[in-house]
Amino acid sequence: MRLSASDLACVRSGREVFAGLGFSVAAGEALVVLGRNGAGKSSLLRMIAGLVRVAAGQLALDGGDPELTLPEQAHYVGHQDAIKPALTVQENLEFWAQYLAGPAPAETAPVAALEAFALSHLAGLPAAYLSAGQKRRLSLARIVAVKRPVWLLDEPTSALDARAQERLSQLMQAHLAGGGIILAATHAPIGLTGAKELRLGEPV
Amino acid sequence: MSGLAALLRRDLRLAVRLGGGAPMGVLFFLIVVTLVPFALGPDLALLRRIGPAILWLGALLASLLALDRLFAADHEDGSLDLILMSSVSLELAVAAKALAHWITTGLPLVIAVPVLALFLGIEPWTMGAVALTLLVGTPALTFIGTVGAALAVTLRRGGLILAILVLPLTIPVLIFGVAAASSASVGPVPFGAPFTILCGLTLISLVIGPFAAAAALRHGLE
Amino acid sequence: MPLLDLANPSRFLSFVDRVLPWLVVATIIAFAVGLYQALLVAPDDYQQGATVKIMFIHVPNAWLAMFCWVVMSIAALGTLVWRHPLADVAAKAAAPLGAAFTFLCLLTGSLWGRPMWGAYWVWDGRLTSVLILFIMYLAVLALWRTVEDPSRAARAAAILTLVGAVNLPIIKFSVDWWATLHQPASVMRVGGPTIHSSILMPLLIMGLAFMLLFLTLHLAAMRNEILRRRVRTLRLMQAQAGG
Repeated sequence: MRLSASDLACVRSGREVFAGLGFSVAAGEALVVLGRNGAGKSSLLRMIAGLVRVAAGQLALDGGDPELTLPEQAHYVGHQDAIKPALTVQENLEFWAQYLAGPAPAETAPVAALEAFALSHLAGLPAAYLSAGQKRRLSLARIVAVKRPVWLLDEPTSALDARAQERLSQLMQAHLAGGGIILAATHAPIGLTGAKELRLGEPV
Repeated sequence: MSGLAALLRRDLRLAVRLGGGAPMGVLFFLIVVTLVPFALGPDLALLRRIGPAILWLGALLASLLALDRLFAADHEDGSLDLILMSSVSLELAVAAKALAHWITTGLPLVIAVPVLALFLGIEPWTMGAVALTLLVGTPALTFIGTVGAALAVTLRRGGLILAILVLPLTIPVLIFGVAAASSASVGPVPFGAPFTILCGLTLISLVIGPFAAAAALRHGLE
Repeated sequence: MPLLDLANPSRFLSFVDRVLPWLVVATIIAFAVGLYQALLVAPDDYQQGATVKIMFIHVPNAWLAMFCWVVMSIAALGTLVWRHPLADVAAKAAAPLGAAFTFLCLLTGSLWGRPMWGAYWVWDGRLTSVLILFIMYLAVLALWRTVEDPSRAARAAAILTLVGAVNLPIIKFSVDWWATLHQPASVMRVGGPTIHSSILMPLLIMGLAFMLLFLTLHLAAMRNEILRRRVRTLRLMQAQAGG
């Protein structure tokens, strides 16, 4: 499996954010997207997630499921948490596990995902009571609850303490070891050793 | 549980727990019905005659105001992004959300009709006609409204734009709904003809609404 | 015990626990005496017969409907001006009670008027004013439910309550004026004939009974609200303790 892009261009609000962008990430590889604010890191991830139009160029996932589109095979964790305060922690995660499951719902594991992020003891609590870090962990839990090969992570470690960052790092390594692909936009190191780098906003 | 059923259950749960939909919609309905006598005077004979029309307008406006939040809440917390990335069909997802919205907002309006009919001095037969036409017509209002709600969310404009987009589209529903509801008390038009057309309009809206709204959500992406 | 001591929620809770049983007893006695007087001692109306006795429920409910708004207004001042800690709780507890009394007033008024008017509702000045009061109570309740943070909700509700307190006399005046513009066909005398002493006494006792009912329910509701907030705080602490 390989995620590749060539000559990719992005236009937002009439402004060209980037153009002529290309990269290639194979199964088991990670790509860290770097660049100053406004360079287009978030836009790139959202473009791969299918949430921003491809203004020019090609984007393709080779070797994935031919029945599914690229967004249907990717997890996107952006700046927002997609958590409903009125639902409990468990209800929030179960909903996304069921909604994002795709044709094979037996593969979801919300309980194990809560454990992976040390949220099991909060399962019955309304999400409104969570701190920012706990909400972030709940938001990240869905990428473990439902199996999708491509992970698109935008500043995943923001609001996480050292222990949670360590946990996320382990989960990412496990995902790569299982043949997954990770693209992460970040300012800080996120524990992906040996990852390729893509710098936006600098002359080629 | 399938993704679609999970979405329906989630929206119903949220509506019940947040308590915004049904009580507010019915309260607004009550307020609109109360406003009319202040404008027209407390002449019960007049109110009785135009009662079905007042109830229909009140239900229309109450349905409309609640539509604002249909997609806005999911858009604000990033849930809409994830919904767009699921293999669940977007059209069906919109339909599920609209159904949840109707159950928690439209249906209570229908249930409130008997009480509000008292305020306008409407007779039982006419009241039954109003309730029945609203039962059939409020889904049409909701499903047509989803198009406006989807457009308003992607345009990032709140407030009146939704009303401006949706109200003209609801005119046929209003015409035939009121005609059927008033048929018992006023004029030569029988109940059956306008009611059948109303049913037809609702069925059409059940199909067009989700397709148009899904298209609006997709094309609204940057 | 000075009133200020009650400002402490724990002290207030123990005060309520001690006082509430007595209030319940007093309320029951007052209702027993009042209903006996109203149903068996007071005479029937020569025109309306026994249905006039609905007045003994209808009129006290009207008094309490207005009284509750006064309580809410004082609590609102407590929240906004004096920052009294129990003011929020008092306001939030009083709102549903006020709505309930107003609703009962409308309901009994409607049942009372049906034999006379031939309809369950007429748009006469007094009834319409009570209907608007009912809607205002519902609006305050809607506000309490919509805003999630309790102290912000309290301040928003306080502002609405005070604005309402100023506006309600204006609304009443306008509605009366509007009612006189359109003279209805039959002249309503919802208030009943001028109060005779044999009717006045039961009426006052029923008024007292309803007032005691309000006090009992209000204190109980305040206690429940304080306990509810404690549960919320405990849950917040639980969430944080887990890490």
